Amino acid sequence: MTSPSADNANRSTDYAIEVWELTRRFGSQVVLDRVTLRCPRGLITTIVGPSGCGKTVLLKHLNFLLRPNSGKIFIDGEDVTSLSWRELDRVRQKFGMLFQAGALFDSLTVFENVAFPLVERTRLPRSEIERRVREKLAAVGLEGAEHKYPSEISGGMQKRVALARALIQDPQILLLDEPTTGLDPTRSGAIHNLIRQTQQRLGLSAVLVSHDVPQVFHISDKVAFMYKGKIRLYGDVGDVTHADDPIFKAFLAGEEIAEDEESLQTKPTLRVEAR
Amino acid sequence: MNFLTEPIRLLGAQTIESVAALGRFGIFLAMAAAYAILPPYKPRLAIRQIRLIGADSVFLITLIAWATGMVLGLQGYNTLRRFGSEAALGTVVALVLVRELGPVLAALMVTARAGSAMAAELGSMQVTEQVDALTVMAINPIQYLVSPRIVAALISFPLLTAIFDVVGIFGGYAVGVGLMGAPAASYFNGIVDNLTPHDVATGLWKSLVFGLTVAWVCCYKGYHAARMATGVSQATTEAVVLSSVLILLWDYFLTSVLL
Repeated sequence: MTSPSADNANRSTDYAIEVWELTRRFGSQVVLDRVTLRCPRGLITTIVGPSGCGKTVLLKHLNFLLRPNSGKIFIDGEDVTSLSWRELDRVRQKFGMLFQAGALFDSLTVFENVAFPLVERTRLPRSEIERRVREKLAAVGLEGAEHKYPSEISGGMQKRVALARALIQDPQILLLDEPTTGLDPTRSGAIHNLIRQTQQRLGLSAVLVSHDVPQVFHISDKVAFMYKGKIRLYGDVGDVTHADDPIFKAFLAGEEIAEDEESLQTKPTLRVEAR
Repeated sequence: MNFLTEPIRLLGAQTIESVAALGRFGIFLAMAAAYAILPPYKPRLAIRQIRLIGADSVFLITLIAWATGMVLGLQGYNTLRRFGSEAALGTVVALVLVRELGPVLAALMVTARAGSAMAAELGSMQVTEQVDALTVMAINPIQYLVSPRIVAALISFPLLTAIFDVVGIFGGYAVGVGLMGAPAASYFNGIVDNLTPHDVATGLWKSLVFGLTVAWVCCYKGYHAARMATGVSQATTEAVVLSSVLILLWDYFLTSVLL
């Protein structure tokens, strides 16, 4: 694989998202340190790593909730790093996002939550909005819950509603921020399966941030392991999970990661793609 | 030499942070004002806020205005009687209410009721990523959440102040005339003769400034609530305290300018 370069204007459109040398600092703390990552079209790319490694911050750059200090982001081959707010709105139409806690609007019912982007962003007739909302709710297995409020349904159901809302505008790219946080293993598995089925059925490109390892690997195509603001490993799920890297192994085993220089300097044997 | 330069460095850092915070505060209002004018227009959002800030506060404002009017009637009557000027009771009650107490007390009451709710609602939306969710859906959160509240406050505050003034004047009448026996005819005649359009305008200008201040401060504090357990409560407390202090400071400033 060739290294991507920032001045290459004709980006490959094989990738839904390409991140090049992205750096983000909060004060003096470097949270993303020259991160380079490619998310292939039509596949699930999962970013794993210990808490505080920068994976959620990276995800927030992908949908422009945060702007980088340096580096570039390409969506479908288009450099979107320096677009204006209004131009970004056009790019945002391509995205659906599932937030960690769902981020459902408490004051709206399930139906109103899912319908919200259509009501606010389109001029579709009421009957068409109703049809689409019912279709998406049926797709996530939530028929009959339309008139309940988020506080009246379980955490797993809230995640399903949030997924239905993320899908309502038929996005091409789905971003998922720790979708199974706060769920028991059974519900986590069900949400993972639902995400995989939905992604395959709609042919979506997805970027999933999770610390639910190793369960999340079952639904992943590509895996990136982040550590201390850098992508330490990246590749096909099978290759990464068998990588001979002491830090990744310690993370997988749930052990405390050794902070000694020797471990940090040890280069993983797996060739890190996109770097 | 660190012990000598450190205080200067800290002072400099504090000053820069304060100026930057004021800048953020100003930009926030400028954005909200710009998005109130720019399409897409969502009048139903502002109407909903007018109900929450204005209509839902009417009962509280009426209650407080009646109580304030009664106290003014009682105190005014007892004070004026010492000078044999009971006939001026209506004028005194009306002037005090229309120029000062109406706008100030109405604004403080709405801050306590609707301003705190504004900060808490926006704070909770920020903490639970609902504001981010709006952004991701390509809906501008300032335009959706803040602009309608500022527009609603600018409409609601003068109307609530007007209600406060009228109810307060009748409260003063009930006690001063009905209970204490001040001359009934001179109460309203005094108001008609001595209350000028300038007095009414002064009160309404104040209420407009207070409305803008309360909505601005409460939305800003809620919108920038810290994402931690105490974020919402801290934002709400700061919003109410800062709004109340600014109302009183603005009141002195406006009185000296508009007098």
